[in-house]
Amino acid sequence: MPDSDRADVLEVTSLRKEFGDLVAVDDVSFRVPEAGSLAIVGESGSGKTTIARMIVGLERPSGGSISACGQDRSRPARSLADRRRRGREVQIVFQDPYTSLDPRQTAEGAIDEVLRLHHGWPADRRRARVAELTGLVGLDERQSRALPRALSGGQRQRVAIARALAAQPQILILDESVAALDVSIQAQVLNLLADIRDETGVSYILISHDLAVVRQLTDTTIVLRRGQVVEHGPTGQVLDDPQHAYTRLLRDCVPRPGWKPTRQLAQASAEQSTADKEAPRE
Amino acid sequence: MSAPLLQVDGLTVRLEVRGERRPVLRDVALTVREGEALGLVGESGSGKSMTARAIDRLLPRGAEVDGSIRFDGRDVHALSGADLRRYRNQVAMIFQDPRAHVNPVRRIGDYMTEALRTNLGTPAAAAANRASDMLSQVGIDGGARRLRQYPHELSGGMLQRVMIAAALLTEPRLLLADEPTTALDVTTQAEVMAILDGLRREFGLAMLFITHDLELAAAICDRTAVMYAGQIVEVRESGRLHDDPLHPYTAALAAARPDITRAAGRLRAIPGRPLSAFEAPPGECAFAPRCPHAQDACRAGVPPLSELDGGLSRCVRAHELRGKLGEPANA
Repeated sequence: MPDSDRADVLEVTSLRKEFGDLVAVDDVSFRVPEAGSLAIVGESGSGKTTIARMIVGLERPSGGSISACGQDRSRPARSLADRRRRGREVQIVFQDPYTSLDPRQTAEGAIDEVLRLHHGWPADRRRARVAELTGLVGLDERQSRALPRALSGGQRQRVAIARALAAQPQILILDESVAALDVSIQAQVLNLLADIRDETGVSYILISHDLAVVRQLTDTTIVLRRGQVVEHGPTGQVLDDPQHAYTRLLRDCVPRPGWKPTRQLAQASAEQSTADKEAPRE
Repeated sequence: MSAPLLQVDGLTVRLEVRGERRPVLRDVALTVREGEALGLVGESGSGKSMTARAIDRLLPRGAEVDGSIRFDGRDVHALSGADLRRYRNQVAMIFQDPRAHVNPVRRIGDYMTEALRTNLGTPAAAAANRASDMLSQVGIDGGARRLRQYPHELSGGMLQRVMIAAALLTEPRLLLADEPTTALDVTTQAEVMAILDGLRREFGLAMLFITHDLELAAAICDRTAVMYAGQIVEVRESGRLHDDPLHPYTAALAAARPDITRAAGRLRAIPGRPLSAFEAPPGECAFAPRCPHAQDACRAGVPPLSELDGGLSRCVRAHELRGKLGEPANA
C-alpha cells in the first residue's frame, strides 16, 4: 500500500539536538504511516540513537517537533497519566538483550508488570495475554518462567520484544535490536517481526547499520550522516540506486560474493572518517 | 606442496565448569600453509575463538588438551619459557575489542614497542622508529606524536589499526585475527580489511581469520573452515563456499542471511538455536536436530570429516546432497 493512503502515526519535523557545541541531530524530518516501517541508517555518531531517544522521551529536543498518534511529545510529559499514555504509543527494544532486562524478573513477570501498569486488567486476563505474547514470540513455558540468566541472547531479545508489545504500542522502535544475534537466530527474529506487523498493524522504526536487514524489514529509508539526512526514499530505491555518495560508500563497503576490500574504499572511508570522527578528537 | 606452517590435528579441549569437565572443542583439524589465509566461521559458542586461543597457548588454567598443534614442525604444547615467547612473536594475535586488550594508562608507544624491547632486545629509540614506520604502513600519519598518545585519544578504527601495526612489528609468520572488525562501522571495516589484506600479502604472512560473517571470510581468505558445536564441519575454497557448499549447516547459514539486493518474503531461518560443544548430542551428527536433510544414518554416529571435491565435509549424506544444498537463498 502506498504510504500516502495511510494516516501517519509519527511525524518528526525539523528535529534538532545539540550537546554543547556539537549538533548531534540537525533538521531531521520524516513521517511513518500506520503499519509502515522506516529505517534510519548511519554509522556510529550519526545521531540515529539520539533520534530514537528523543522519540521515546529519554532526551529533550533542542528544536523541532515530534508528534506521535496526533499528540505532541517534544516537551516532557506533564503528568503520570500523560507519561503512561506516551508509553502506550511508543515502545523501544534496545540492542543489548543482556542489559535491558531485570535480572530478577522472569519473562512472564516482566510482561505482566507492563500489562498491569498500562491496562490495569484483572489477573486472569493478564495471564491469558502473557501466554499469548510469549507464544507470539516463540518462547516455551519453561523459558517464560526462567530468569534472564538462564536464557540465550536470542531468547532474551524475544522477551524484550514481547514486553514492548505488551503495551500495545502503535510504534515500535528497534534500536539495532537484531545486530547482536547469531545469523540463524536473527532470521527467526526478523520473520517474527514481519508476522507481528501483519497481525497487529504496529509501525516500526528500525535503527540499523546493516543494510541487508534494512532491506528485509523496511519500506522507507533515511540515511544519516553527522546528524543530517543525506538521502530519503523507498528502501529498494535507496539501496539499488543510491543518489548520495555517502549512501554509495555504505553500500559498497558491505561484504558480498565477489567483494574485495580495496584501497579506494579505504581512502573514501578514510576521508569520511577524518571528516567525521578524527577532527573533533584533535 | 610444502609442509603446512600450522597443523592442528584431533584437537579436543575440555574446560572445568562448576566441577564438571565439558568439551569446548572436539577433534578440530586444520592446516594453514605459509602465506595462506584461512577463514574460520561459526556462530557464538561454536569454538572458533577457543581454537585460536589453543593455538596461541592462551587457554584458561585447568584446560585439558588432547591432540596436537604443530607450528613449523614443532610441537606447540612442549614449548615453555623463552621458546614460548619466541613462538608468540611468530604467532601474533589481534582481538575484536582493541580497547579491552590495551592498557589504558600506558602510551601507544609503550604498548607497541614492548615486545620488541623485552623479547627481542631492540633499543628503545630504534623500536620507536620501527613503530612509527609501521603506523604509516597502516595509514596513520604523524607516528612520533601518535606514540605519545593514550588509547582514549584514538577512535576504535584507529586503535584497531594500531593493534595490527603492533602485531606486525615482531615480524610474525602467522596472524590470528579474532573478529578484528566486528565492532567497527562498515566503512571502517572496509578500510581496516584493505590494510590488513594488503600488508599480509606484502609480508607473505599467513592468517587465521575468525569471523561470524561468511561473506567477509570468503572475500579475504583462500579457504574457509566452518565450525559448529566445537567441530569443523566443512573446509572449502572460499570462492565456492557460498554457491556450492558441502555441508547442510553452511548452506543453511548462507540462506538465513538477508540479502542486500532484495527483500525475501520470509527468511529461511534455521529452527532451534546453535548448540555449544557440550550440549551437542553425543554419538551423532551435532547439526542433525536442526538439519532439514537429517535421516537415521545421521544419528548412527559422529560423521568423520571426509574429502569431497577438493574440500572437506562432516556430513554422511554429503555425496547424495551434492549440488542440492546451494539453492538460491530465500524464496
